[in-house]
Order: sequence, then structure tokens, then C-alpha cells
Amino acid sequence: MAEYESNAASAVRADEAPVLSVRNLHTSFFTDSGEVKAVNGVSFDVGRGKILGVVGESGSGKSVTAYSIMQILDEDGKVIDGEILYKGENILKWDKKKMADFRGNKCSIIFQDPMTALNPVFTVGWQLREALQLHTKYKTKEDATKRAIELLTMVGVNEPESRIKQYPFELSGGMRQRVMIAMALACEPDILIADEPTTALDVTIQAQILELMKDLQKQLGMAIIIVTHDLGVIASMCDEIIVMYGGRVCERGTADDIFYRPHHEYTKGLLRSIPRADNMKQKLVPIGGTPINLLAMPRGCAFCPRCDAAMKICLTEIPAEMKIADGHYASCWINVRDKQLAESGKKEANA
Amino acid sequence: MAAEQKKKSDYLVEVKDLKEYFPVKTGLLKTIPLKAVDGVSFNIRPGETLGLVGESGCGKTTVGRTLLRLYEPTGGEFRFDGELVTDRNIFRLRKKMQMVFQDPYSSLDPRMTVEDIIGEPLDVHHLYTTKKDRHDKVMHLMELVGLNAEHATRYAHEFSGGQRQRIGIARALAVNPSFIVCDEPVSALDVSIQAQVINMFEDLQDKLGVAYLFIAHDLLVVHHISDRIAVMYLGRIVEVADADELNSHPLHPYTLSLLSAIPIPDPETARHSHRIILEGDVPSPLHMPTGCPFRTRCRYATEHCAAECPPLTERGNGHMVACWEK
Repeated sequence: MAEYESNAASAVRADEAPVLSVRNLHTSFFTDSGEVKAVNGVSFDVGRGKILGVVGESGSGKSVTAYSIMQILDEDGKVIDGEILYKGENILKWDKKKMADFRGNKCSIIFQDPMTALNPVFTVGWQLREALQLHTKYKTKEDATKRAIELLTMVGVNEPESRIKQYPFELSGGMRQRVMIAMALACEPDILIADEPTTALDVTIQAQILELMKDLQKQLGMAIIIVTHDLGVIASMCDEIIVMYGGRVCERGTADDIFYRPHHEYTKGLLRSIPRADNMKQKLVPIGGTPINLLAMPRGCAFCPRCDAAMKICLTEIPAEMKIADGHYASCWINVRDKQLAESGKKEANA
Repeated sequence: MAAEQKKKSDYLVEVKDLKEYFPVKTGLLKTIPLKAVDGVSFNIRPGETLGLVGESGCGKTTVGRTLLRLYEPTGGEFRFDGELVTDRNIFRLRKKMQMVFQDPYSSLDPRMTVEDIIGEPLDVHHLYTTKKDRHDKVMHLMELVGLNAEHATRYAHEFSGGQRQRIGIARALAVNPSFIVCDEPVSALDVSIQAQVINMFEDLQDKLGVAYLFIAHDLLVVHHISDRIAVMYLGRIVEVADADELNSHPLHPYTLSLLSAIPIPDPETARHSHRIILEGDVPSPLHMPTGCPFRTRCRYATEHCAAECPPLTERGNGHMVACWEK
């Protein structure tokens, strides 16, 4: 995507440069039934100390994008094109050793289900120490244990001295997620990727974890990428949002852009279809059709088969990203049409 | 008493002091009861939706399953349309009450075609005379829930989550019930599909006048679909009120924090709202605190709360709360 306008390109000062940039990322899975293009040309920037939300439904490619950054894709998955720039360096060209250092030290990930992400046969303390002794200056067991207790205190685990002797199954869901966060923060990364961090948790525990992540972000100044399907979580947490559908970015912008001035039919549809305080007495307006089948992608816009406002061009051509306002971009032919109409209207008025 | 029983009540569903204890082995010969549901009472009018919300482990699913006798209740009584539900009449009554399950993947038999899945309740209750009659009934049900007639010969795995949930609902509707227990019917679905299914539930209620017990943990969804909402915590109902009333004037401290914890999909509101963050986790139902079950996480807890469990009391307009302090 040559026409992609980077937010960073205009930024001159080095401290404003994004800590992570993804450029035209293509990730595919080669399965028995054919190539599945899970991520299909995704580009975005994550500013230093910013919270970016990636929202989309299952099959939108949001998690695969996160896994591509960490390079923890399944065996049949492969990044086939694009760049992932960490402070200007393309990490896709790095060797295994450098990548191992990137994972954990520079960038950490927390997963949706902390039970499967933690090792059931080792104590919480052992698992925390492993990360610390491997990646940080806390090389001895005593130092690492002390640091592990500090970390657990930081993420709000009560009685950390006794907790480090416990196994993951002895902890509640919320506690496990706190341990995961402590582990992710062990090496003080620049970027924390949270893949559906609260989906498996109850509302009151979800609120605890979200508050914790916000506090830690302020305290430590790292950038966070939150991958979720929950528009509520996104609205309350994120500075910037990208909306994904069928492996592509539909729209990106600030939280206010996305929620109050959506310019993509999918974003508009999503916002209409969720129950909110102001539409309790009205019928919800669902998005018709069924979720996308990645093995049979439409030729044009991925959302086109479910879009009420689809035009002829949507069927055959993939819409390019168009600038709506500063930092607000959408990929929808309707915006192109509206712009052309406005321009021809102006010409007529001038004539 | 006899006269009272004969008189038909306003309510379709009357649940009084329902209890469901599961025995849990703690030693070789020792078992202690896990009080999953501990004295729950509520009523549902014909054609009404009662939302039942609470966190995982609060017993909301057990309530639904106990009503349909998928579990044998430990205590309490359940009257359906004035008739006391017992082991003897439950088979007959299941023609009038049905259930829709949470997971549309495991609740449909992978070896049966859609026509057989939807037709099975008709077989069980002998609700048709000829094969053609059965086929017509299944077609009518599929049309009702928005499935194509050509889907009838397919298997469940060929469908998406939303469509499977439609099949599950068609199966529940097959016997023409007047009450359906919906156990988290939309939580396994994608956001864009949730609205389709919620709308279908609402349309079917308008068309068929069926009453729902809508069990869910998503408060916004429950608020949207329900006429009244009951909030559960550790096996007890702590507050029942009209859906709007509960959202605008919650009284129980647990309801308050539950409502404040919902992430609102609106950045402006989210910026200005203040979350009441509850300390700690839900206590284990095996080791329930004495008195009020919520007191260990409650800001207003007093000695009275530790000594005695507050009963559900009326605060006007059908708003009932179980709290000593509010």
C-alpha cells in the first residue's frame, strides 16, 4: 500500500517516533484446504506509552496480527509480506537469538486464558523466576524471588510470599491473570500485547484488571496493544483504535473518531448492533449475514457481502485507505464517492 | 389453602425458596454440601422476560437447570401455571417449558440432521400424525427462526454459531412452550451476530407470547431484553427490580459495583464514569461467609451483616433488595 500515510513520517522529533510500526503485513496459514489469508495488508503505528485497541470479531485477524509481531504463529502460519519495525528495525529479519531477546525483554504478551498460558506443573514463583533469571539482572535465586514478590505486589496479588509457592490451579481466574501480567512485566518491556485479557473474567474482576493495566501503563510508560472484541473495553481504555474485518483494517483513528464519527459501514454497523444506554427501548440493528469465511474471501471489500450500502465497485475492487481527518483513516468506497460528489458539486456551483 | 390452590395465579412461573446443594467429597467419608442455589424465590408473568445476572459460580445456570429438573432440587417449590412441578408431571410439563443452552456447539448432536434435531422433541412428545405432518412442522419452525428450508438436510457442524443457536431455539420452540429458560444464549456469539439473535428472541416473544428466564452475565444485553432483572450473588438473589429501575436506581451495593464495572461502549461516558472496584474475589461457595454472603467485599458491612443474612424485602414498585444497610 504505497498510499499509506504514516503518522510517524510527519513527526520530526525522535521521541515522537512510534515504538512499533506494522507495514503492509500479510500473514497466511497453509492448511489442507488451502491458503488462509488471515492478515491481509495491515498497517498501523503504536506510539510510545500509548494504548492501542485492535477490535474485530473472530476471524478478523486481530490475534494473528498480535502473534505475527511476537512471531509465535503456529507451524503452518507464516508472515509472507510486510514489515514490523521496532524502533526502526525490521524484526522479521532478525535471527532466532535476537528474536528471543525481543520477546520478553522488549515486547511481552498476555493471553486470554491464563490457565492454559501458565505451566500447571510449576509453582507461580518458579515461572516468574525463570523469566527473571533468563532476561534480567536478577540472576540468583534469592534476588529473583525477591523481585518476583515485588512484581506480584505491584499487580495487586495479596500475600505474595505465600502465593509464589502455589500452583496456577490454586489461584482464581483474576489472580492468574495478575500473575500473567506480573510475568509479562518482569523484564520491563516497551510494548505489552494483551490478547483478549479480560474475556475469560467476570465483570467485577475485569474492572479490576483493566484498572490495573491502566495504572501500570501510567507508572511504567509502556505501550499497550489490546486485542479484543469488546467495544466497551476498547472505549474505556484506548487512545487509538483500529477496527479489523476479514484480515484488513477497515478504519483507524482516535477513540472519539471511531465511536462518534465512524466512516466505515462495518464500524457503523457494529456500533448500531450493541446495546447501549441510549438504545435500550429501541430494536437493535444487527449486521446481516454470517461471519466471513477466510477460505472464500470476496474479490472486493471483505465486508461487502454483509454491507447494506454496498455499491458495484465494492464487489470487485478493494477500497484503499482514505484520510478522513488527521489521524483518522477509513477504507470504504462510500467515502470516495462522497468526496467525488462533494467535489463535483463544488465545480457545478463554481460554474 | 385449598381454595388458594384452585385459584389461578397471575404468574406463570412461581419459584419459592428453591435450593440446590451438591455434595462435595472432602475426605474419605466426609462430604459437605456446596450450596449452589440457597433459597431463591421469584415469579414470572406470562409473556414476560426475567433477566438473571451474576458472576460465574453464583448459581444462575443451576437455577435454570433445576427448574427443568435437569438437577433434582434439594428444597423449595416450583409452580408452573399454578401446578406444583414434581418428578411425576415433569415429562408432561416439559411440553410447556424448554431450554436453550449456552454453547451452540456441544448442545447439538453432530450425527443428526437439522430436521432430526428440530423434530426430536416432536417424536418424544408424539406431536404429529404423519411423516408429512412432522416435516411441515419442522419447516414452519425453521422459517420462524430464520433458517432456509434447504438447510434441513445438513448437519450442525456446517453452520456458524449464530445459525446453530437458531437451530437450538427452533428445537426449544418445537413443542410450542409458554416458558423458555435461555442459559447464556448469546455469550458464545460474535458481537455482530448477537444482535441478530437478541432481536429474534424479542420477535418470537411478540409473536408467540412466550415467557423467558434470560440468564446472562452481560448486563447491557440483559437490560435490553428483560422486563425485570434479578441479580444473584453466591446462590442468593440480592436484588430484583424493573429493568430500567434497576439500572437507574440500584440499591444493593453489589448491584452498584456490578453496574459501575460494565465497560460502557462510549468513550465520553467512560472518561467520566467512576468505577467502584470490588476488593478481592468471590468467596468459595464451599466456605460461605456467615450472614450476608456479600459482606466480605462490601463497603457498608456491619456486625449485623455478619450475624444474620438479610431477607429480600420490598422497597416499593416491586423493587426488592436483600440488604440491612440500604
